Amino acid sequence: MNGLTFAVQLLNGVQYGLVLFLVASGLTLVFGILGVINLAHGAFYMLGAYLAYWIAAMTGSFWAALLGSVGISFVLGLALENVFIKRMYGRDHLAQVLLSFGMILVIDEVRQILFGKDVHSVAPPAWLSGSIKLTDVLSYPVYRLALCGFCLAMAIAIFYVIQRTRIGMVIRAGAENREMTRSLGIPFDTVNRFVFAGGIALAALGGAVVAPVSTVFPGMGDSMLILSFVVVVLGGIGSVSGAAIGALLIGLTDTFGKVFFPQISSILIYVLMAGILLWRPNGILGKREV
Amino acid sequence: MTKKLTNSDTNLVGMSRRRFLTGTAGLTILGGASHFPMPALAQGSPLKVGLMLPYSGTFAKLGKFVDDGFRLYVEQQGGKLGGREVSFVQVDDESKPEAATDNMNRLVGREKVDVVVGTVHSGVAMAMVKVARDTNTMLIIPNAGANEATGPMCAPHVFRTSFSNWQVCYPMGKVVADAGHKKVVTITWRYAAGTQMVDAFKEGFTKAGGTIAGELALPFPEVEFQALITQIATLKPDAVFAFFAGGGAVKFVKDYAAAGLNKSIPLYGAGFLTDGTIAAQGDAATGIKTTLHYADNIDNPANKAFQGAFKAKTGNDGDIYAVQGFDGAALLNVGLTAVKGDKAARETMVTAMRAAKLDSPRGPMSFSKANNPIQNIYLREVKNGRNELVSIAQANVEDPARGCKLTG
Repeated sequence: MNGLTFAVQLLNGVQYGLVLFLVASGLTLVFGILGVINLAHGAFYMLGAYLAYWIAAMTGSFWAALLGSVGISFVLGLALENVFIKRMYGRDHLAQVLLSFGMILVIDEVRQILFGKDVHSVAPPAWLSGSIKLTDVLSYPVYRLALCGFCLAMAIAIFYVIQRTRIGMVIRAGAENREMTRSLGIPFDTVNRFVFAGGIALAALGGAVVAPVSTVFPGMGDSMLILSFVVVVLGGIGSVSGAAIGALLIGLTDTFGKVFFPQISSILIYVLMAGILLWRPNGILGKREV
Repeated sequence: MTKKLTNSDTNLVGMSRRRFLTGTAGLTILGGASHFPMPALAQGSPLKVGLMLPYSGTFAKLGKFVDDGFRLYVEQQGGKLGGREVSFVQVDDESKPEAATDNMNRLVGREKVDVVVGTVHSGVAMAMVKVARDTNTMLIIPNAGANEATGPMCAPHVFRTSFSNWQVCYPMGKVVADAGHKKVVTITWRYAAGTQMVDAFKEGFTKAGGTIAGELALPFPEVEFQALITQIATLKPDAVFAFFAGGGAVKFVKDYAAAGLNKSIPLYGAGFLTDGTIAAQGDAATGIKTTLHYADNIDNPANKAFQGAFKAKTGNDGDIYAVQGFDGAALLNVGLTAVKGDKAARETMVTAMRAAKLDSPRGPMSFSKANNPIQNIYLREVKNGRNELVSIAQANVEDPARGCKLTG
């Protein structure tokens, strides 16, 4: 393997990791701040992709598809929090798992009714649809590079909101001590609602931006859900920076695993997870038990 | 589960009780008037066909097309096969191998069907073959391509009207070698069907003098192809042979084109790479050559008649799955015609079916000693969003039926 191929594979790994981060960040926020296990996260990822396909087919605009998909999912997230999720705070995880598993089934069935079972694709905007020639045979699609940049920008935005803004402060305070935050007069219930809807919107955003390079198909959320959980557990539950590290680790392990150890590539990320959890049982940046 | 069956109990095609009674009464009178002995028909119980297909889940669309194709043939015969009325019992196998044995036992044991038609998923089909062998039930497989079904697990009363994984891919080896490609990389999912297809291609290709430069595989049903596509570019083979299906096929073909590989390294594959997925693949699929036992524009009267009738019945264009269902009914018709509708004469029926020569929409079709179709395998190229026929890759391909005791 020469330098260029190595660099390309590195880019593949980083790009895959960044996409994983975008999807997993929503899961870790909901998990870490609301204490809710949301198994339906992958289903919202799929829904985001289908909505993007649907809106793109109607309007012909990729950006409209992106905004529409995120907007609809955000509103859906607000409604679901108001009706279902808010009853789940503080309940044991089994109840949350049952509820969110039910949501997977419902979302799947709704998707079936609205969009059918066919495989679809979404065209990227014209100025991003070209590719850059790397060698005489290999080119790199511009959209994948743009995807890297977009995910990176989203990551920075998420860090900024959580670490530097007032709303981020409230979120962090709530994650630290729910009752204390509430007794200080902070409208924590509203914050909760927006955090959940934000998590859903991030999943849908992931599905929508990935749609042009991935395709849109019924089972697409399942593997993403499992990988997102691996990322969240690896990075430390509730830690956004942990999720970023975890996602990059998994992206690189998966990519180089496929290249160097094709026979065992499918178990490598789980071996990595087991190893890291032995070393740090709460994940890389997880909080230590007091 | 029980509810599903109760619903399907009433699901007799064109068979209200009254119509059924008048039908049999008419036959009895006819029999009496002409002094022609028609014992079986006079007994009058319809042939009970168990359709065990995926009516929900990933393969639901495929199951629907098999079902429509089968019923279309029966309707064309006036709701009868070999002069005998046909009734249907449907079971949704959901493409779940773990439920397959129970579902099959229910059809055979409780519903007492005369013949089972199913299914799409190979894992489910293998469980069905096992029950069919244990209970001596007639089984017609309308899709699943696992080599074993007409290999080590073959039986005189287990038929297949589709293909074996080997059969579809072996002829591609020579096609690729004849095109002047010496060094080929294969890529597929690491699971039974993928391995069997790639192995058959390898067998054909190395026999024709080619070398395999690399065998890439990823776990089923993963769709993150980027790392392997970069590897293909590094290996720089003369051509690539791929097997994927469904969403994975769409994504692979698009990723391959997005990486610019389609311009320099031609992509070949099993027909499933571009069948039913071509609309979503769009331009990225143009130029891909695949082998399959069917093509969209086969120019023979049987195909034209079939396509017309299928469109009229369902509003959809018939595909390979519909053809396979259609031929399943045609095969059963041969058997029942040979015994004049007397379904009790199973041995004669089986013998006639094993010797059947069908004028299928896919072209001429007969059966090997292991009951797998002997059929043409076509080379197709994606042009104008269709799998257009290029040539016959190999005529009358017969699966070697390795491990089958019937071939000795």
